[in-house]
Amino acid sequence: MNIYAVKAIYKFEMARAWRTVMQSIVSPVLSTSLYFVVFGAAIGSRIQQIEGISYGAFIVPGLIMLSLLTQSISNASFGIYFPRFAGTIYELLSAPVSPLEIVIGYVGAAATKSIILGLIILATAAAFVEIHVAHPFWMITFLVLTAITFSMLGFVIGIWADGFEKLQVIPLLIVTPLTFLGGTFYSIKMLPEFWQTVSLFNPVVYLISGFRWSFYEISDVNVGISVAMTLVFLAVCLAIISWMFKTGYKLKA
Amino acid sequence: MTSIISVKGLSKTYQSGFQALKTVDLDIREGEIFALLGPNGAGKTTLISIVCGIVTPTTGTVTVAGHDIITDYRATRSLIGLVPQELTADAFETVGNSVSFSRGLFGQPPDPAHIEKVLRELSLWDRRDSKIMTLSGGMKRRLLIAKALAHEPRILFLDEPTAGVDVSLRKDMWEVVRQLRASGVTIILTTHYIEEAEEMADRVAVIARGQIIVVEDKQELMRKMGKKQLVLHLSNSLGAVPEALAAHNLALSDDGKELTFTYDTQAGRTGITALLRDLADASITFTDLATSQSSLEDIFVDLVASTK
Repeated sequence: MNIYAVKAIYKFEMARAWRTVMQSIVSPVLSTSLYFVVFGAAIGSRIQQIEGISYGAFIVPGLIMLSLLTQSISNASFGIYFPRFAGTIYELLSAPVSPLEIVIGYVGAAATKSIILGLIILATAAAFVEIHVAHPFWMITFLVLTAITFSMLGFVIGIWADGFEKLQVIPLLIVTPLTFLGGTFYSIKMLPEFWQTVSLFNPVVYLISGFRWSFYEISDVNVGISVAMTLVFLAVCLAIISWMFKTGYKLKA
Repeated sequence: MTSIISVKGLSKTYQSGFQALKTVDLDIREGEIFALLGPNGAGKTTLISIVCGIVTPTTGTVTVAGHDIITDYRATRSLIGLVPQELTADAFETVGNSVSFSRGLFGQPPDPAHIEKVLRELSLWDRRDSKIMTLSGGMKRRLLIAKALAHEPRILFLDEPTAGVDVSLRKDMWEVVRQLRASGVTIILTTHYIEEAEEMADRVAVIARGQIIVVEDKQELMRKMGKKQLVLHLSNSLGAVPEALAAHNLALSDDGKELTFTYDTQAGRTGITALLRDLADASITFTDLATSQSSLEDIFVDLVASTK
């Protein structure tokens, strides 16, 4: 294990976050605050409680997930795409590092950043509504697993993309809609039965449901299924990454 | 001398179908400066990229200090430093951090003293806290060398090290390379500037269209392939080479004022004495004479042309 390489990549990626602290931390916090003002205070005050939870508090886990997913993907995809774009990838490819070490460095840093961000959003939310976390262990577990999984997805996108547009396409066209339709702002039990069934094909439903359960012990699907689904996504992303390195896909000629 | 890099039957065909290398065999000796000379697109960068692990070979094997570059990549890559052709470095990072990053990436524990030494040798120490985007082209080139040396490699690849570098900086760069060689580092440089190979290299390989045409000790190559010419500036112009001198390998310039005698430096008898005697007998006088030796450039042009 080339531990110095993992450290070097991790440190480099974290330093990049500090250089861009405005866009990495401030802007997600601002947008979350806006959601609270609009949905929590303005509209939320007219919505009755959902399963005994005030609407403002109900949306907190969903909002954290929304930021966690989008930020994990954008952090990790940019982290690996930029060296490819700038040409500095030669150093990574010629270094005595294994694919696993590269992934730990990049994905680890991206996940760390989005976990920190998730916790900041949680703290921000606590300033607006009363939050209690029923299962802190599971809350952290979902947070960490989701951050890692979607950072891996971001890593995959960063290798696949060959332009800045492609880097935006998947987060914008797939992940954001899935998150909005995955129960961020509502319980899928509120939907007609047909759409409930459709929603079960949305992987994000399981993430948000499990995460919300760790706060309020209410969920759209069984928690065990949520954990299992999260692990399945993790395994799928891992498989794609290992295939990419094995074939040198878009990395090596 | 033992060889530190051994390339056997190496070929590379890119997905596009372009064959960049056709069966290359090559041995690099420990401690030498080896120049890989060839026109653009000859396969120089592909060859280097394969040894460094950036490009996957289609066939063949490469060993570095006895280790296979694929099955034992950690060992081989730890020994190698690569300075790429393109000036690519992370624009927002500082010089010092960037060099420290390279050292870590290549598996070495932090060593601020070594980083300082490398930066000082390359006259970058004063700029250690500057962002890379504020550096000039020459400084960026030196930064890439510093990054490649950060992990104390035994082999250094310099891909077109002086492309776009001004004359004085080029001389500095050559000095740096000589110092490195003196410290025991094996250096492989690619260039299409013949002057550079002539100035620096111990051995030269000429590569064209994915094939190594010749690998030779530089002096040996120049001696073997080199021709010498004697140019005589005549007092009175001639209409043609006189009958009496036809036995000599002579050429007359268009204006009839210069006679050029080409001879082989290898031959025991160059024929100069006989030529001068025959000139005197024919009453041809000259005002000046000059000799010239073909440079590596001429040799190179001949070699590349001969493979067409």
